[in-house]
Amino acid sequence: MSILNLFVIVPVLTVFAILFTKDFKGARVVSAIGMGIQLLLAAYLIFAYLDLRAIGITDEMVFTQDILWFPMLNIHYAIGVDGIAVSMIALTAIVVFAGVFASWEVDNLAREFFISLILLATGVFGFFISLDLFTMFLFYEIAVIPMYLLIGIWGSGPKEYSAMKLTLMLMGGSALLLVGLLGLYFYSAPDGGPLTFNILEIAKVHIPVEMQRLFFPFLFVGFGVLGALFPFHTWSPDGHASAPTAVSMLHAGVLMKLGGYGCFRVAMFLLPEAANEMAWIFIILTTISVVYGAFGAIWQKDLKYINAYSSVSHCGLVLFALLMMNETAMDGAILQMISHGLMTALFFALIGMIYGRTHTRMIDQMGGLMKVIPFLSVVYVIAGLASLGLPGLSGFVAEMTIFVGAFQHPDIFHRAATIIAISSIVITAVYILRVVGILLLGPVKNTDYNLLTDARWYERLSTITLLVAIAGIGMFPFWLSDTIMNSLGPIVSRLLAVV
Amino acid sequence: MDFLYTIWIPLIPFLLFLLIGLTGMYFKPIVSGIVGTVGLGVITLLSFITAYQYFFVDGMVDGVYQKIVAGSYTWLAFTDTLHIDMGVMLDPIAVMMLLVVSIVSFMVHIYSLGYMKGEKGFSRFYAFLSLFTFSMLGLVVATNIFQMYIFWELVGVSSFLLIGFYYDKPSAVAASKKAFIVTRFADFGFLVGLLLLSYITGTFDFKTLTSPEGIETIRGAGLTFMGASAVTWAMLLIFMGGAGKSAMFPLHIWLPDAMEGPTPVSALIHAATMVVAGVYLVARLFPVFIMVTPESLNVIAYIGGFTSLFAAVIACTQFDIKRVLAFSTLSQIGYMMLALGVSGYGEHGLGFTASMFHLSTHAMFKALLFLGAGAIIHAVHSNYMYEMGGLRKYLPITHLTFLIACLTIAGVPPLSGFWSKDEILAAAWHHDKLLFFIEFAVAGLTAFYMFRLYFSVFWGKETHYHHTPHESPLTMTIPLMLLAVASIFAGFIPFGEFVSSDGIPHHGEIHMNIAVPSVAIGLLGILVALLMYRRETTVPDRIAKALGGFYRTVYHKFYIDEVYLFVTKKIIFNLISRPVAWFDRHLVDGTMNKVAWVVEFSSYRTRQLQSGQLQHYAVFFVAGVLVLVLTFAYFLF
Repeated sequence: MSILNLFVIVPVLTVFAILFTKDFKGARVVSAIGMGIQLLLAAYLIFAYLDLRAIGITDEMVFTQDILWFPMLNIHYAIGVDGIAVSMIALTAIVVFAGVFASWEVDNLAREFFISLILLATGVFGFFISLDLFTMFLFYEIAVIPMYLLIGIWGSGPKEYSAMKLTLMLMGGSALLLVGLLGLYFYSAPDGGPLTFNILEIAKVHIPVEMQRLFFPFLFVGFGVLGALFPFHTWSPDGHASAPTAVSMLHAGVLMKLGGYGCFRVAMFLLPEAANEMAWIFIILTTISVVYGAFGAIWQKDLKYINAYSSVSHCGLVLFALLMMNETAMDGAILQMISHGLMTALFFALIGMIYGRTHTRMIDQMGGLMKVIPFLSVVYVIAGLASLGLPGLSGFVAEMTIFVGAFQHPDIFHRAATIIAISSIVITAVYILRVVGILLLGPVKNTDYNLLTDARWYERLSTITLLVAIAGIGMFPFWLSDTIMNSLGPIVSRLLAVV
Repeated sequence: MDFLYTIWIPLIPFLLFLLIGLTGMYFKPIVSGIVGTVGLGVITLLSFITAYQYFFVDGMVDGVYQKIVAGSYTWLAFTDTLHIDMGVMLDPIAVMMLLVVSIVSFMVHIYSLGYMKGEKGFSRFYAFLSLFTFSMLGLVVATNIFQMYIFWELVGVSSFLLIGFYYDKPSAVAASKKAFIVTRFADFGFLVGLLLLSYITGTFDFKTLTSPEGIETIRGAGLTFMGASAVTWAMLLIFMGGAGKSAMFPLHIWLPDAMEGPTPVSALIHAATMVVAGVYLVARLFPVFIMVTPESLNVIAYIGGFTSLFAAVIACTQFDIKRVLAFSTLSQIGYMMLALGVSGYGEHGLGFTASMFHLSTHAMFKALLFLGAGAIIHAVHSNYMYEMGGLRKYLPITHLTFLIACLTIAGVPPLSGFWSKDEILAAAWHHDKLLFFIEFAVAGLTAFYMFRLYFSVFWGKETHYHHTPHESPLTMTIPLMLLAVASIFAGFIPFGEFVSSDGIPHHGEIHMNIAVPSVAIGLLGILVALLMYRRETTVPDRIAKALGGFYRTVYHKFYIDEVYLFVTKKIIFNLISRPVAWFDRHLVDGTMNKVAWVVEFSSYRTRQLQSGQLQHYAVFFVAGVLVLVLTFAYFLF
């Protein structure tokens, strides 16, 4: 049995274990243990994976397992990972682990909360290990549905509205996706023989170009909705603003990455000709996303809205880089997914912690927090610096890889788009420093805040976990970048082969 | 013997930063200070050893100073040829900068032990100083342009942290933000230029870029864009980064505000080291500039020349002593830029040598001026010269060292400023007479505004002080004295023997035809200041009145800040960001909500069909049957 099964089994067992706990204390301890095991597993997976590569195994996917599940339609439970999936799994494990500690004090229906949260995580893990489009889609839906409950029940503000909006828009995305996936399925065997959902099998056949043109937009937009592609991003600000802390963390940190991951693993990898032909449309849209999200963030006053718009900008950069279709840029895109996942999870964790103390998220009502809650404030500054791309933190590595990669295109169109995208580094600095200046620095605005207590141990654990990952990637990017780059080979060569 | 030990020069401050930053709060503040200072002492010592070994033992091969890579490892690989390396490269300008940075930083570390004593956040201050020193040293020894960019960003953020050191003071917060954003904007240019250059050349490596083969490849790239070659655009964009960091017009607006930071920081970052990074960047890529796009050097020369004049004029009207010094820094960096811009290569590389020479001497005397200003502020608790006067009696050491620094910057022989300024003027004379006369005038203005400051503070009216000012502690006066010694004698270093554009030693000589008039105009400036400010008179006010609107314009720094404020507040915030936010909420999201509304509305309408009333169903049933029957009938007959 492949080790990858454990990534689904452990969360499911954790969910069962939570059912037997009595109160919120039991539930959170069990969740923490389960996700701690998951984190260790992820760490083990990284080393196991690197070991396999070190002894010279060059299969595209490793730790594979294939079980026939539904013979009539040739649906399999097929799993396997490459370097990219391993990195995404590690990201998910870190964010979920930090998320559990960030929700340490949930006491309203805590058991149900943790169950939903971990179910969501199960979906995400399952998505990243899937090689079969059907199981991939299944896990994707598993991840989306608990989101509705989590926001609708444990959220704040207009939570029903936000939950409904988010779910409907994502479901709209999955409807498009389903059409695209079925399209792939029905053209997966053009020369006769059994149809298949297996990604690696489909990658071996050549789908007729006109069919590619038809299905590529379905798949790319379907995944793109989740990746906050302009103009289908508006679920993100409202959804995040209403979501409870851990859900925002998981959602922006990991779930949005399913979009980017799907875009290249399914849409671009399986429909290379169409991807090349239609890239320009989406390059325009993503370039807009990048700049538009950043400008949108400048004007916001609610911390979560700022971060949601910032996510639109940063995730726009992910799709932008994927569409540049060369190894360096795509490597940057995946680094950016990981980096953004960590950063934004950290941001949302901090925002939740600050909100828990001040009971407001409006920056103009706060001020001078550095004096009263120095630990959280310092971490916020570091997260901000990571977000604006300070060297030594992960954001810089990702962005520079993207920019260098994107700049390898000699034509004016790609260059101009790249330069516009690069300008976001300035705008990002503006909104980050604006928040830091208003929220953290300056004199303490509200004298009640002098009584606030700084981070507790579980909050420290949660933020430091993320911080270590951010700084680790930022200072020693080589191994990660290299692992990703090696796994990108087949995808890029398939994309370039058809030009 | 190799230079491998030099990698410790940037590494030690990094470790100090981690050590002080993570554990500083568990010890008494002074421990952080002492640890940081001792660490810097070690670095200074290492820098001197490196300089000795480089210049006198191992650096020269066949009469040419080599670029020696002491150590390098790949940090991040983009493609086979493009990869960011982290390493240490030594060449004459790098070694020179190592000395300058470590000396000034060491002095500032010692000085701050006294100046920052009792401040809240003392150990944080030392952590940030270490971070800055690490970044600056990393920048100086960069082996490739991307490493330089990385450390470039890091010095930017250290500067941000240190300007905003008093983070509960709104003006400091605003200044730090402004500094970061303005330089970030410039770095946007740097980054694009860097990408363009690396695309053309296929490498980030300085050694390859500036080698004759590298130059040939760059020349061979015949891409053009909007009337200029792509290389010219790349180099000008890279220069934009340099102009931002070195506060050249029109990106200078952040530097005067940066004086909100603690004074030792102003001395270290905003006078001696970080702000000359732009000059260093141009010098680093000088062979590319001169051999491939000499026309871009003209741009640099004129921007430098204009900034030096512009800033010198403003400096004459300011009353905050730190701001006077800030504008003076702008003006002097303008000199250095100009010197690079007018320089030739090899035999004719006088400007290059002069620029680097002035960079070094300026670092010493400007650090001295700032630290002296710090001692004054420490003593009288004010930044404004109209609240000072007659301080020579109370602060004898500060007075003497400050006077030395003023004479140095005014270019009085045989102090160091005289030698370096003389070379710059000579280089300008040979290249462009207009630039020469601008700089000549600036020399006079410099002497005037520095002695305006000097006389107002140390002579002038007898001010009554709340507390009698007293001389600073030894920790502060010792660095002053050491820097004064450096300011006096640094000029006697035969600089051309060590630093030149092509690594081959050239003999410098004194240019009498230029030295005599420039000293004369300097003395004239001092004389005018003496007459106006030696005793309290009404002359300055009357002159200011007579100049009227012009004076006010200058006093308000030509209203450039207001222009920027207009652009950022009115255009970026109100005309772009706000509409974007509105557009997103009302149009994009509005459309989504409308779609939902349409679905809901139509479902509401169709829902009414299922009313639960039997009569309705009967009507529909009968109507349905009729329609079907008629349809069949139509098709059948």
